[in-house]
Amino acid sequence: MSSSSSSTLPAAAAPASSSVMTVLGILAVAVLLVAPFGVYPVFLMKVMCFALFACAFNLMLGYTGLLSFGHAMFFGGSAYICAHTVKVLGFTPELGILSGVLFAAVLGFVTGLLAIRRQGIYFAMVTLALAQMFFFFCLQAPFTGGEDGLQSVPRRPLFGFIDISQDIHLYYMVLAIFLFGFLVIYRTIHSPFGQVLKAIRENEPRAISLGYRANQYKLLAFVLSAALAGLAGSTKVMVFQLASLTDVAWQMSGEVVLMTLVGGMGTILGPVVGAAVIVTMQNYLAGLGEWVLVIQGVIFVAAVSLFRRGIVGEIIAIVKYYGTKKAG
Amino acid sequence: MRLAAIFLAASSLVGIGAAQAADPVPVKIGVLNDQSGLYADLGGQGSVWAAKKAVEDFGAAAKGLKVDVIFADHQNKADVGTSIARQWYDIDGVDMIVDTPNSGVALAVSGVTKEKNKVFINSGAATSDLTGKACTPNTVHWTYDTWALANGTGKAIVKNGGDTWFFLTADYAFGHALERDTSKVVTENGGKVVGSVKVPLNNADFSSFLLQAQSSKAKIVGLANAGGDTINSIKQASEYGIVDGGQKLAGLLIFLTDVHSLGLKTAQGLNLTGAWYWDQTDANRKFADEFAKANGGKRPTMVQAGVYSGVLHYLKAVEALKSAKDGAAVVAEMKKLPTDDPLFGKGEVRIDGRHIHPMFLYEVKKPSESKGPWDYYTLKATIPANEAFRPLSESDCPLVKKG
Repeated sequence: MSSSSSSTLPAAAAPASSSVMTVLGILAVAVLLVAPFGVYPVFLMKVMCFALFACAFNLMLGYTGLLSFGHAMFFGGSAYICAHTVKVLGFTPELGILSGVLFAAVLGFVTGLLAIRRQGIYFAMVTLALAQMFFFFCLQAPFTGGEDGLQSVPRRPLFGFIDISQDIHLYYMVLAIFLFGFLVIYRTIHSPFGQVLKAIRENEPRAISLGYRANQYKLLAFVLSAALAGLAGSTKVMVFQLASLTDVAWQMSGEVVLMTLVGGMGTILGPVVGAAVIVTMQNYLAGLGEWVLVIQGVIFVAAVSLFRRGIVGEIIAIVKYYGTKKAG
Repeated sequence: MRLAAIFLAASSLVGIGAAQAADPVPVKIGVLNDQSGLYADLGGQGSVWAAKKAVEDFGAAAKGLKVDVIFADHQNKADVGTSIARQWYDIDGVDMIVDTPNSGVALAVSGVTKEKNKVFINSGAATSDLTGKACTPNTVHWTYDTWALANGTGKAIVKNGGDTWFFLTADYAFGHALERDTSKVVTENGGKVVGSVKVPLNNADFSSFLLQAQSSKAKIVGLANAGGDTINSIKQASEYGIVDGGQKLAGLLIFLTDVHSLGLKTAQGLNLTGAWYWDQTDANRKFADEFAKANGGKRPTMVQAGVYSGVLHYLKAVEALKSAKDGAAVVAEMKKLPTDDPLFGKGEVRIDGRHIHPMFLYEVKKPSESKGPWDYYTLKATIPANEAFRPLSESDCPLVKKG
């Protein structure tokens, strides 16, 4: 991980182009505000949910250097809690989402306590094992509906008075949640806390020798990442009105790794782009029937062998390359 | 004022024009199923062909309907399935979705269909909740369900002398439900359940469970599992000589394509319940021959036959109404019209959306009895239509008024 750090770090280039970034950011938000009038809103909401999920995951992999292979546990666990509280207990959407996030954070805390004692492949295996345990719990527990999942979760009015049964209204709720989550991650990465995380990623013994309690930092990052993954999972429940085993299965953990890698890990926008690419493929290739998997495979091979830093990572590298050439 | 008058005149003109030309009624049918995973064989492209065939046999064009058939792969994911369904209903103008195996996806699509007031005709999914507590005025469940399978297999086998049972049950909600329903039927008909064992899902080694089944001396070993678990347990039962030792296997969820991939040597002697078998009547054989010609020699499963039959009945209802736009009205019309088609014969669609027809108990042939590929089943018993499905008196569907 430390060997590739110099090439994937966008932080070095950030101060010089921060005004450009602000303009681009405002532009992107403006596009997102009008997008549902041109593009199918449910599709956009799905992309945003997965983008938030991938960003939360990237906080662990890209900025703390820990590959968690169990993030589906937080995504799907929070989805089940949100679906159950809204459908059975009659919560309003914001309370349902909040309880989902809270559950994911607590689950993240417990998992984190156990997992961060190990690094590298052992960390990945511990998280995978815990996620599998959680998967079988969901398969057996009566309130999850087993194989069938929880369907027809009602879209009650937000805060009791904002009607979100229309897709277009719901879109703006999802957009607000997505931007909130994204800004939290952005702030985290650019805070002193984020700098310490990066220091731990680059060289943990040195960070410890400088007086930082690495394990506490890692645990906090893990809980934050889990809670944000939970936020994405709960929001997805409001979009699709269902929670199913797909969300907690290990394939979902794998999918988020792929989204992050295709987009570019350790870049703030990479996971968003990666999620958009993967979800678009799943959605628009569905009409091709059995060819979907073949095409997905080919695109992955191409992405891995041609853009090793991910799509956004490559673009940053190119911009930087021309930047230094001009300067020199 | 004048502007409004002009608009009024213009719109009435358009209205008259449309009525005079008698434009064909547009109908768009979406086949939503598994095209690449474990259910691709029993539905997949074969279901798409069956839907198109039904449109052709119905003579849609001559009857003033313009029917389009499209399809997509739900990848066995409920969220992919619902996003396709929503997109079809919202943007692509699909009026009806058909097939959709995988109970989780089916229940989700049924919810979306009700919200958008379209029509959902399910042939591939097993869950009896579709016409039970999750029933909607927009959903019709055509071919089979877990209740019918448990009931058919349990009752018919006990009547044929298989009165002691041992269950191999997949350890999750679906397996438990199958075991519970089947045990109930077995004991009600005078049989006895001598034991059962819960097997973890996606298990590879059934040896200890099969030895328990063998030592239980039960006449019937009931397989309350699905998919890969069923295939594995049947294969290993054959290796342990369960069937040669005089015990019989009863599969609770097995399709023709499963038997095909297992081979007769392994699957022989297996008892199973089905809604339809290609080599049963002349009409079935004719359909199967045409299916085989278009699908590389394969024979249709009951799910594919159900798609054909369901689409045919749907088109009849649309023809009667001259419009496919109001989903609930179309389904109400489907319930009003008696069903009658070459494959499933005469029947009805009940108030809860359940299509009623006879079910059949089959036994898988020995290799020596089979005349060739796809000649797999012998008919052991017919379960008459009025006994084959869950009676309305036991239904927990809100559409059924309890008197």
